[in-house]
Parts: sequence; C-alpha cells; structure tokens
Amino acid sequence: MQKRQTRTIPRSAQEGEHKLHNFIVAFLLLFIFWVIFSGHFDTYHLTLGVICSLLVARFSYDLLFANVRVGSHWLVFLRFCAYMPWLTFQIVKANIHVAALALHPNPPIDPQIIRFKTKLKTDISLVTFANSITLTPGTITMDIIEGEFYVHALDKKVMKDLGTGEMEDRVAHIFMGADHTNIKDG
Amino acid sequence: MNLTTPLSILFMVGGLFFFTTATIGLLRFPDFFARLHATGKGDTLAVLLSLIGISLYEGFSLTSLKIAFIAIFMFWAQPTATHAISRAGLRRGIKPWMKKENKR
Repeated sequence: MQKRQTRTIPRSAQEGEHKLHNFIVAFLLLFIFWVIFSGHFDTYHLTLGVICSLLVARFSYDLLFANVRVGSHWLVFLRFCAYMPWLTFQIVKANIHVAALALHPNPPIDPQIIRFKTKLKTDISLVTFANSITLTPGTITMDIIEGEFYVHALDKKVMKDLGTGEMEDRVAHIFMGADHTNIKDG
Repeated sequence: MNLTTPLSILFMVGGLFFFTTATIGLLRFPDFFARLHATGKGDTLAVLLSLIGISLYEGFSLTSLKIAFIAIFMFWAQPTATHAISRAGLRRGIKPWMKKENKR
C-alpha cells in the first residue's frame, strides 16, 4: 500500500483496444437492463431493445468506464460488495442520529467545516468516498478541490470520527488494484 | 395472509418514520447545510426501507427485481444529489450557520 506506482498511459495507445471492448460491455449491460425492465421476450421487443441499446451504447461507451481500465474489475466488484454491509450499517446509524436531532426539543447542533487532503486518486474512488461521507452520521461532502475535501459536520463528535480515516482506508482498499493507473486526458 | 405481509408493513412503517423525521429536521434545523443533513440521509434510508417493504409484499417476481434496481440506483443518486446541492450552495457563497459560543 505504501508504494504507489502511478503509471500514465497515453490515451491514444489505449484507445484502439479499449474502444471496442468498452462498447461491447456497455451494450451488453444496457441490453440486460432492457430485458429485465421490459419483461417481454418476443422478437419485437428484443429487436427494439437491441436498437436502443446500440444507440445508447454508441453515445455513452466512453463515459461508463472513463477512469477504471486496468486492474481486476471483478476483484473491485467483490470488495465493493463486502463494503456494502458496513456502509448500510453506517446509514442506519446516520438516520437514527438525524432522527434523534430532529425530534430533540433543542437540537444540539454545532456545525463545523473540515478540510483534509485525501490519498485517493481515481474518480471512482473519490466518488465512492464522497458518497460514503455523505451517508455516514452527521457529515456531508461539500466540495472536492484538487484532492482536498470540504466536509460539513453537524457537531464536533462526528468530526472526530471522520478524523480517524477509517473510512478512507476502506475505500482505498476497494480500489487498490484499479488505483495504480491513470489515463491521461488529451 | 402469510409472514411476509407483516414484515413488509414493518419495513414500510420504518420508512415512513424516517421520512417524517427527515421532514421535521428539514423544517427545524437552523440553516441550508444542516437541513441538507436531514433530507440527504433521511430520505436514503426511508426510500430503501419503503422499497424493501414493497418488494417483500410483491413477492419474488420481475416487479420486485425492478424495485430492487430502483433501490440500488437511489442509493447512488441520493448522496450525489445532496452533494450537488451543497456544492451549489457553497459556490453561491452561502455562509454556514455557526453556533456562537460567546453570546450565551
């Protein structure tokens, strides 16, 4: 974990082999969703589905996998699944916290703004971390400016909880494999 | 009437409870950002619980699978929306409310 090797691969070298791959994966994902949501399995609906999925995949294939290309997708997915129960538990705690504050006759709110640097690099890990902060008790991500998080906390106690960096380590662990390679834009 | 019906009612009542507290929080909290705390978190769990309740009531079918997908997407969309609103507020220059210690 200490040694972070960030290799930068020029976009043009990657583009050829990944373009088709991304397009096919995007198309398959969209088509699977189409089949699940339509619930009709006759030729007419499936043909419509293929046409729609092709169109949408054509427009959005380069958005879907913008920043995660190298590393094991399945490992990341599995680690992410393992992270979910912990996050769900945090959400339940957050809701009880907010409910208690809302019903408190004189809510003991003492807002703080926290700034801290993060070691996370890729977009997907930053998004996951920001969303996790928002979902855990008493904290909301306000902005990320150049790797610096601005977090709004409801009181000093939750501020201390965030300061331990436990959640950041968990998120870093999920995207461990995918974090090493950044694709340079332009 | 089987076992899943009371269970789904329990989930939905839980969801409604958190919707209610989120709304109370929205009305009572002192400023823009504190109000976001109430709705941003309250609604996530409330929607999740309500949707679980509904899909339990529906039983295992294509419909409940669709509802499960809605729940998963809400799970991602809700905090992102909260973040978008709070960021817009910050960039507009809304000053967060702070407790004034020396006034009391």
